[in-house]
Amino acid sequence: MPKSLKLDNPGVTLWPDEREPFVAPIATVPMNKAADATAEPVSSPQRLAVDVRDVSLTFETADGKVDALSNVSLQIAEGEFVSFIGPSGCGKTTMLRVIADLQQPTAGTLLVNGMSAEQARLERRYGYVFQAPALFPWRTIEKNLKLPLEIMGFSDSEQKQRAARYLALVNLTGFERKFPWQLSGGMQQRVSIARALSFDPALLLMDEPFGALDEIVRDHLNEQLLQLWDKTGKTVLFVTHSIPEAVFLSSKIVVMSPRPGRIIDIIDCNFPRDRTLEIRETPEFLKIAQRVRVGLRAGHSYDE
Amino acid sequence: MLRQHPLVERYAPIITIILALIAIWYIAAVLMNLSLVRGGFEREEAPYTTPELISGTMSAERPLLPAPHQVLSAFADSVFGYAPTAPRSLVYHSMVTLSATLLGFLLGALLGIGLALMIVHSRVLEKSLLPWIICSQMVPILALAPIFIVVLGAIGLQGLLPKSIISAYLCFFPITIGMVKGFTAPDPMQLDLMRTWSASPRQVLSKLRWPAAVPYLFASLKVAITISLIGAIVAELPTGAEAGIGARLLAGSYYGQTIQIWAALLASAILASGLIGLVGVTEQMVGLRMGARP
Repeated sequence: MPKSLKLDNPGVTLWPDEREPFVAPIATVPMNKAADATAEPVSSPQRLAVDVRDVSLTFETADGKVDALSNVSLQIAEGEFVSFIGPSGCGKTTMLRVIADLQQPTAGTLLVNGMSAEQARLERRYGYVFQAPALFPWRTIEKNLKLPLEIMGFSDSEQKQRAARYLALVNLTGFERKFPWQLSGGMQQRVSIARALSFDPALLLMDEPFGALDEIVRDHLNEQLLQLWDKTGKTVLFVTHSIPEAVFLSSKIVVMSPRPGRIIDIIDCNFPRDRTLEIRETPEFLKIAQRVRVGLRAGHSYDE
Repeated sequence: MLRQHPLVERYAPIITIILALIAIWYIAAVLMNLSLVRGGFEREEAPYTTPELISGTMSAERPLLPAPHQVLSAFADSVFGYAPTAPRSLVYHSMVTLSATLLGFLLGALLGIGLALMIVHSRVLEKSLLPWIICSQMVPILALAPIFIVVLGAIGLQGLLPKSIISAYLCFFPITIGMVKGFTAPDPMQLDLMRTWSASPRQVLSKLRWPAAVPYLFASLKVAITISLIGAIVAELPTGAEAGIGARLLAGSYYGQTIQIWAALLASAILASGLIGLVGVTEQMVGLRMGARP
């Protein structure tokens, strides 16, 4: 557990005042590169949260080989919010699962927080949020939040504190004794996010978490997620297939394309950290969204 | 107005069906006992009228099919007419069968759950055990029960234990199959979640697989407890046991006391519904604690 975590402070902020200054990401990659884009290595003294080098994953199916990922390379610095966007089958979920050590690549190397993916998983360095809330229906909301803490051996008082703290973080105080079926889809997904954060991992991996929700709830949760990211300063890897969502939330967008799964473009966004949904109508936003769409077209995402 | 009354809504359908069944029973009793009673009158060369014939069918001493009131009065006599520990009391016999049922059920549940745990955690055991488990249920229990009792009697086990073992043998199978399904019920997303927290297999078992298997457990327990009761009764038949519902059935058939047989059947039906009701109530209580929708 990081030293900076104050356990006796019941407030919501997790980081003390002496926080590391946020360093802007590297220079943007030129737009007309339609071939596989490999990012230049980060030269600034930031630590790398994720370092993917030439990773490939090939499935053997009855119809032959499927290249889910093909020579993908990527560096993600700490504190970034990185979105993976692309059509279905482009390998973005596979990329996330490989980083989470839920699947193993067939080639290439991968470092998460400076260690192998398996080591990172065994040391519980990340929290994973799935497309569905995946709450255990036989546990109350509070017990659902305590589940990873029970597995990791936190003390009872610590569990209670953390559950209360992270429930407050997602604005669901008062729902401790309820069961998942009594909550709406959006609320369940918020509990799922709180659960992923409850043991304070350095990395947050989210696989289309708002995909099953309607537009208004999704916008609301986008804003909440952004505020959460700002408050906690974690590195977030976010898979989505919604261009506005990706552009709104991210500090870096990775555009992927299918058959074989590869990175087409990596786009940096420098929107202010306290942005609201209103920036979605600004010209800068639309320019980046257009660039994403150009990347998707280059990757034949809109073709048959 | 009367139709919306909550008591009427709940019980009217079932009471209607019961009354219809009793009416059918009476008609069947009359029809089936007709030749018997007519033969009796003709043997005595006594004149008879149709009303006498019909009332005779419903009060014969050794009818083919006893009328409901005959069964009920014999049942009431056996239950209330004797002290609960007297050998002629139906309560005494029911308790004997019940004790064998419950012990067999407990043993069968433990065996079933143990086998399910082994099957779920090891592919090798799954492939080697499952065929044998299925085979074990293919031999009719009526043929196996005497063998069990003779073999167990030879090693000195008598009375309650052999009957319980036969009950356990019959009821472990639904529990095994149900629990294998239950332990493998968690969906891949939940298993992946446990993997991202690098939970140990024991933690996955206790925190995910067991709670997910509870609905399957209760469903298979309901089936198993009735089978256990049947097993206990069947175990009493082949060797001429002195006590138990099976013994009453046997005695009734030896001495041609059909009414006694039917009274014993009524007792076992009441026992079975009571046991299932008990499992159902337990299921509801556990369900409320585990977040079931009320």
